[in-house]
Amino acid sequence: MHGAAVRGVRPGQARAALVVLLLSLVLTMLVAPFAGATTGEQCSPDASTACIQGRIRTAAGDPAVGVKLSVEGQGFTGEAITDDDGRWSVAVTEDGDYAVTLDVATLPAGESLRNPGDNPRTVTAKLGTAAATLFPLGSGGGSAPSPTPGDPASPTDPGTAAPGGDAEAGVDSSARPGSITFPRVAQQFTSGIIFGLLLALASVGLSLIYGTTGLSSFSHGEQVTLGALAAYIFAQMLHLPLLVAGILAVLVGAASGWVQDAGLWKPLRKRGMGPVQLMIITIGLSMALQYTYQFFLGGGRLRISIATPTSVNLGGVIITHQSLLSTAIALLALGGVAYFLKGTWTGRATRAVSDNPALAAASGINVERIIRLVWVMGAGLAALGGVLIGLYFNVTSWNMGGTILLLMFAAVTLGGLGTAFGALAGSIVIGLVSEMSSLVIPSDLRYAGALLILILVLLVRPQGILGRAERIG
Amino acid sequence: MDWTRILANVVGEFFSPLTAAYAIAAIGLNIHFGLTGLLNMGQAGFMLIGAYGFAITTLAGGSALAGILVGLVAAVVFSLILGMPTLRLRGDYLAIVTIAAAEIVRLIARSTSMTWLTGGNAGIAGDGFKNAFHETCPFPSGNTTVLWWTYPNCYSNSWWLRIVAWVLVGLFCLLVWRLMRSPWGRVLKGIREDEDAVRSLGKNVYSYKMQALVLGGVLGAIAGIIYVLPQAVQADSMGRPTTFFVWTLLLLGGAATVFGPVLGSVLLWAVLMLIRSVMRDVIPMSVLSSEQIEAFSFITVGVTLMLLVIFRPQGILGDKKELAINVR
Repeated sequence: MHGAAVRGVRPGQARAALVVLLLSLVLTMLVAPFAGATTGEQCSPDASTACIQGRIRTAAGDPAVGVKLSVEGQGFTGEAITDDDGRWSVAVTEDGDYAVTLDVATLPAGESLRNPGDNPRTVTAKLGTAAATLFPLGSGGGSAPSPTPGDPASPTDPGTAAPGGDAEAGVDSSARPGSITFPRVAQQFTSGIIFGLLLALASVGLSLIYGTTGLSSFSHGEQVTLGALAAYIFAQMLHLPLLVAGILAVLVGAASGWVQDAGLWKPLRKRGMGPVQLMIITIGLSMALQYTYQFFLGGGRLRISIATPTSVNLGGVIITHQSLLSTAIALLALGGVAYFLKGTWTGRATRAVSDNPALAAASGINVERIIRLVWVMGAGLAALGGVLIGLYFNVTSWNMGGTILLLMFAAVTLGGLGTAFGALAGSIVIGLVSEMSSLVIPSDLRYAGALLILILVLLVRPQGILGRAERIG
Repeated sequence: MDWTRILANVVGEFFSPLTAAYAIAAIGLNIHFGLTGLLNMGQAGFMLIGAYGFAITTLAGGSALAGILVGLVAAVVFSLILGMPTLRLRGDYLAIVTIAAAEIVRLIARSTSMTWLTGGNAGIAGDGFKNAFHETCPFPSGNTTVLWWTYPNCYSNSWWLRIVAWVLVGLFCLLVWRLMRSPWGRVLKGIREDEDAVRSLGKNVYSYKMQALVLGGVLGAIAGIIYVLPQAVQADSMGRPTTFFVWTLLLLGGAATVFGPVLGSVLLWAVLMLIRSVMRDVIPMSVLSSEQIEAFSFITVGVTLMLLVIFRPQGILGDKKELAINVR
C-alpha cells in the first residue's frame, strides 16, 4: 500500500526511501489487518463514529495506567489500554449494545474492582456521541454509577474529547509535586539514573553518527521506536519469549541502520549534500516513518510485556526486577561501546574519523566502512534503548521515539556534539533532571525542564561538558 | 465517486483559512530561512504563542485588536529570548534550540498545572475566545453560498475570516517583495550567503539576524491566530508536525521567493485533501480506517519533504543558483 504510493510520488527515485521503509513495512505487514482495532485515545465522535470511553482511577484517585479493556458487540471487537491519565476509549461505527470487559489482571497492583459483578457490562452506543463507562476501583461497598449513554463526555472528565495524538510516552502516577522527603528524593534519583542510562543507549548512537558524518539525525527517535515496536510485534503478536523478542528487535534495528546508510545516506554523501540538507531529509524521514508506524499499528498504546512487574525494595527505593535487569543490560551495552571505542583498533579508527575524516582517510582508514559500522551500531543501540525504555515505562506507541528525541538531542548537546562519552554523561544529567525535577515542578513539565537545561547550556557553554570549543561556529 | 463534491472540497482548500494560516507561517519562515538563512525549526512555537496570547486576552474581555497585540508582543519577546543565546552560534544549534523552545511552549501550555490559564490538555474551546473577532465582522449573520461553497458569514470558519486571512497573505507577500528589494533585505541575503563578508562591510550581523527572527516570528504568531479562529486552541495541534508542514510547503513552493510560501501552502493542502477524499471514497472503512488515511497523508508529506530536498531544493518557483540550502 505504502510502497505503491511512494512510487506514485516519484517513480525512478523512490527506491532509496522505499528501501529505508522496507524493513518496518515487511514486519508490520503481518499485522496490517489488526491495525485500527485499537484506536486508543484518538476517538472523537462524529456522524459515523461513536465512542465508548471512560477514565479509571485507583482507590486513591490516581489514574490507573495500562489497564486493558475489550469491547465486543455488533460484530465488532476492539481493545483499549488506559493512558497516563487513566483514560481509555474505543471507536465503534454502529449503534447498539456493546459488552465492555475490564481485564482484571491488568489492574495496578493492589487494586480491584469495587463491583466485580459489573464486569463485563453492557453499554449502549449511539453514533455521534460518547458513552462514558466507569469502572470504579477500591474495596466493595459504594454503588457503581451506571453507564450514561448519550452523554457527550463523562461528567468527571470534560477533557476526554481532546485529541491526544501527541501525548507523552512517560508514565507517572502523580501529576503534582509532593513534599520533598528523603525516600522520594532517593526514588527519583534512582529513576533518573535508570532513565539516563536507557536514554544513553539511544544518544550514544546519535552522537557517533553526528561525529562521523556531521548529520544531526532527527529520525533517530524513530530508530528507538522501531526497536520497541519490533519487540512488541515479536513478543505480543508472534508470542516469542521476551528475551528472544528483544534480541530480534535489536537485530532488526541494526539491520535498519545498515539499510539506511546503504540505501540513503551513502548515495547522498556521494552527491556531496551538506549537513543542513541532510538534516531536513531526516525530518522528512522521521515524519514518514512515524506515521508508517501509526498506519500499521494504530495510535494506541502498546505493551511489550503484559506480565505484571514484580518489585524489590532496595533500602527504601522500590525498583521492579525488570528495571534492574534493563539497567544491567544497558550498563553492559554501554561498557561494550566504551571498550570498543577505547580498546579496539576499529574503535580508535572510529574516533579518528570523528575527529577529522580527511586525515583519517589519509592515514589508511576506510572512512565509508567506519560510517557504515557506526550506522549499524547506532541504530542497534537505539533499538536496544527502545526495547528497554518501552519495558521501563511499560508502554510504547508510534511516537515514543519522537517524544524522547529532543531529550536525546539535549543529552548529546550537553555532553558535547559528537563525543560518545559526552553523550553518556549528558544522558545521565538529562535523566536526573527530568526525574528529579518532578519533585518541584508538575511531572508533566519534567521534559520541559530538561529542554530548558539544553538551552541554558548552549547559552553558557555551547561546546558542552566534554566538547571542544573549536566545534562551535 | 462524487467528483463534484471532491473537486469542491479540493478547490475549497485553495482559499480556506487553514491554507492562509500555513501560508503566513511559511512567509515568516521564509524571512528566517529563505532570506537570512536561519534554521528555525520552531515556527509552531510562535504560532502557539500567538494563538494563546490572542485567546487568553479575548477571553479575559479584551478586544480582538488587544488580543492580536498581546500575541504579537509575546512573539517578539519569545524571539528575543530565543535569538540572544543562539544567533551567535552555528546554524544547527539554532535548529535544536528553536525546536526545543517550541516543545517547551507546547508542554507548558498542555500541562495540567496551567489549566487555569491555557485550559491544559483540553485547550480553550472555540466559543469563548472567538466572539471578539466575530464582533469585527461587517456582514449580517447567516450563511452565504458562493457556487459550491457554503460558509457562515461571520462565525468561526467564515467568509469574514477568509477575507481577512487572504488580505493579510497579500499584504505580507507585498511586504516580503518590498523587503527583498530594500537595502535591509540585501543585507539579510548577504548574511545568508556569507556572514563574514557582511561583517567585514561593517554591518552588525547579529542585530540583522535578530530583526529577521523577530519579524518572521511575528508573522508566525499571526498565522497561529488565524489557524485557531475556525477551531479551538489546543497545544498538541501545533506541535512539531506543524513546523515540519510549514517547512515542507515552503520548500515545495520555493524558499527565497515571494509567492513560494503561498503556492506551496495551496498545493500541499489541496493535494492532501484530494488524497484523503479520494481514498475515503474508494477504499472501504474496513480496509483502511480514517486514522490510517490520515496517517497515510502525513507519510506523503514526509516523503515529499525528503524528495524535495534531494531532487529539487529550490522548489517550484525557486532559483537554484540563489538558494543552495547549505547555510552554515
